[in-house]
Amino acid sequence: MADKQDDDAMYTINEGDYVVLKRGDIFKAVQIQSRKKMAFEKQWFFLDNAVGHLYGTTFEILPGGSLQPQKQKDALSSTDAMEAGTDNRNIVDDGKSQKLTRDDIETLKEQGLKGQEIIQQLIDNSSTFRDKTEYAQDKYIKKKKKKYESTVSILKPTCRILALMYHGREPGKICHLRYDTLAQMLTLANIHAGSKVLVFETCAGLVLGAVMERMGGYGSVIQMYPGGGPVRAGVESFGFPPPFHDTLHDFPICQVNALLAGTLDTSAKDPNTADATHPHVAAEETATQPATVQRDGPEEASMDTNASGHCGDQRVDEERERGKEAKAELKRAKQEQRRKRLEAAAAQLEGRNADGLVIASRFHPCPVLMSLLRFLAPSRPFVVYSQYKEPLVDCFTKLKEQGGTVNLRLTDTWLRHYQVLPNRTHPVLLMSGGGGYLLSGTTVATEQSAPATSAADLSQEPAPKRLKASES
Amino acid sequence: MSFVEYSDIIQDGDVAIVYLGHDSMMPIKVQHGAQTQTRYGAIRHSTDLIGQRYGLKVTCTKGGWVHVLHPTPELWTVTLPHRTQILYTTDISVITMMLELKPGSVVCESGTGSGSLSHAILRTVAPTGHLHTVEFHQQRAEKAAEEFREHRVDHLVTVRNQDVCKEGFGVTGVADAVFLDIPSPWEAVGHAKAAMKRHGGRVCSFSPCIEQVQRTCEALAKHSFQEISTMEVLLRTHDVRTVSLPLPDFGPDDTAQKKETPSKQAVFMLKTTTPPREIPGHTGYLTFATKPRT
Repeated sequence: MADKQDDDAMYTINEGDYVVLKRGDIFKAVQIQSRKKMAFEKQWFFLDNAVGHLYGTTFEILPGGSLQPQKQKDALSSTDAMEAGTDNRNIVDDGKSQKLTRDDIETLKEQGLKGQEIIQQLIDNSSTFRDKTEYAQDKYIKKKKKKYESTVSILKPTCRILALMYHGREPGKICHLRYDTLAQMLTLANIHAGSKVLVFETCAGLVLGAVMERMGGYGSVIQMYPGGGPVRAGVESFGFPPPFHDTLHDFPICQVNALLAGTLDTSAKDPNTADATHPHVAAEETATQPATVQRDGPEEASMDTNASGHCGDQRVDEERERGKEAKAELKRAKQEQRRKRLEAAAAQLEGRNADGLVIASRFHPCPVLMSLLRFLAPSRPFVVYSQYKEPLVDCFTKLKEQGGTVNLRLTDTWLRHYQVLPNRTHPVLLMSGGGGYLLSGTTVATEQSAPATSAADLSQEPAPKRLKASES
Repeated sequence: MSFVEYSDIIQDGDVAIVYLGHDSMMPIKVQHGAQTQTRYGAIRHSTDLIGQRYGLKVTCTKGGWVHVLHPTPELWTVTLPHRTQILYTTDISVITMMLELKPGSVVCESGTGSGSLSHAILRTVAPTGHLHTVEFHQQRAEKAAEEFREHRVDHLVTVRNQDVCKEGFGVTGVADAVFLDIPSPWEAVGHAKAAMKRHGGRVCSFSPCIEQVQRTCEALAKHSFQEISTMEVLLRTHDVRTVSLPLPDFGPDDTAQKKETPSKQAVFMLKTTTPPREIPGHTGYLTFATKPRT
């Protein structure tokens, strides 16, 4: 059916795709590149054979590093036929129950035995396996599977998968933002298609990508960035189609005050890049000069007359000129591009009618929040993430003093996973210690003469208790 | 106004949220000539609301004031009239992300209940997605459909009054995600699978009791669902407080460098947070799974 083919196209792995490798609970975001060796979970392989297969496929890693789609799972997991004990009172842990040595196992691996087969060997050579209870056998097999199965699944990237990945692999890069906290942020900020959202983050682009995913390519996202340029490595991992990037703008926060004051000059040279490009251009020029001279060198040498030597010099000069011209053109084009981007972003911000604000960075959130709130329309949500609670207490206090916001809430979420198995259901042993804190609220129309206390403004803080008079 | 798109000006027929103070809000239907009574006096819709900007401060007849906010699914969740126990934003947020919902997603849900999650789903899948929601209680199904119309989201949702365990969701092979919040979710797992796209998708079941979770996980495994994972998420609120702790008097201290005034009782002021007296400790367990390609 034509439909079937079209549908499949959407779910097929292509070269150049950004994907996520998965084994068990371990994820890694990579790009499919032919003949590129991938390292994942102590194994090395090539993704070439994955191209053309469907997302979600699990592959066997063959010796040599090529991938092969995994066939139907064998019934290793069924332990019904195996005999089992009733408890562990007679099982002695002397480290000698497994007869196979490390070398034996290595040999088996080299012989090309699949994970399933190695595990079967381990079971057969374990003197205590038969005495374990069924549950212990189950646990043993699961553990060995984790260690010896050499499979990898290839998944389409989603916010859920990338958030899990970053939190598990590189939490420091995302300010220790746990995935459920990110989930709260996206919902509390009412991120949806068609809105205009401001994002300030130093979470490797994960938060930005998550916001973009929830906007579906509709509306616009303006990334406010500190320093020289926006960091967006994480956004690539989402594998958005090109039109999505048209909705993404960026604006340097060092220009925010100018924009708010109405004095932003987009034609001015960006102070960060002006100094940077000049030495570069100079260096490039000097680098090309010897090259051009060298190229003409042998030609010069082959000519004997003065006249031809003079022609050679002229050619060198012309080449040099053209080189300089090209460089200058490129620089001008880039500057023009940068200026256009800045203008476009400024146009989005000037109206001060953004629909949402999301802040998640290693910077102290207070100044960022107080400054960027001014770009929000009234009756719109904002969410601030901080790894620590105190900076958000500061934000809360400042917001209360200033007015202009309601529904302020300082929260964090507690997340617990469960193992659910017959007669073995319980919370998982290790819990995530902390996932960061959130401050959320809604803007309201600001008024000059709004007094701090009023009948309707039920302060969230009850008055501090009056102290009893001292009796000394 | 709509629950899936912001607008700036309050209009006749809108649903707006009146913010009275912390933890005190109520929804109103804006109508020419109507009045809403609050503890601060009356709000006159025609003069105070219609044509004004969302977010404005309205001074009520008795002199106190309120703010009028644009509705969002989050504000709706805490102000909607309950017909059943509802899902709150904390669980809704995790469900939205773990089901990988986004614009264009097609979602099946049962039971509709009071529509708390439904509104959040609609906001996320708009403008190109769709929600198929099933509710076996006739009045609740009708009330939900009425609300979706009032909230200008009815083009994105189909409400069916039937029993999902017996008749399924009314569609097959179209859903990217399925959500179950019913007493016996294990009876609907097969229907969930049928409603989902052949290529695969995500499923979530919400149950307050662990026994329900166990039966559901078993059913999911039997139907070849993968990545079965159960969790719970709780919200902890931190109330900001300025606290003064009295410092005890140990008597005059000759060795002290500074001369202290013994008559004045010293205090230590600090800004901190305290947990509320009681926190919602449990709502339900969330079980997620992935349907593989079939």
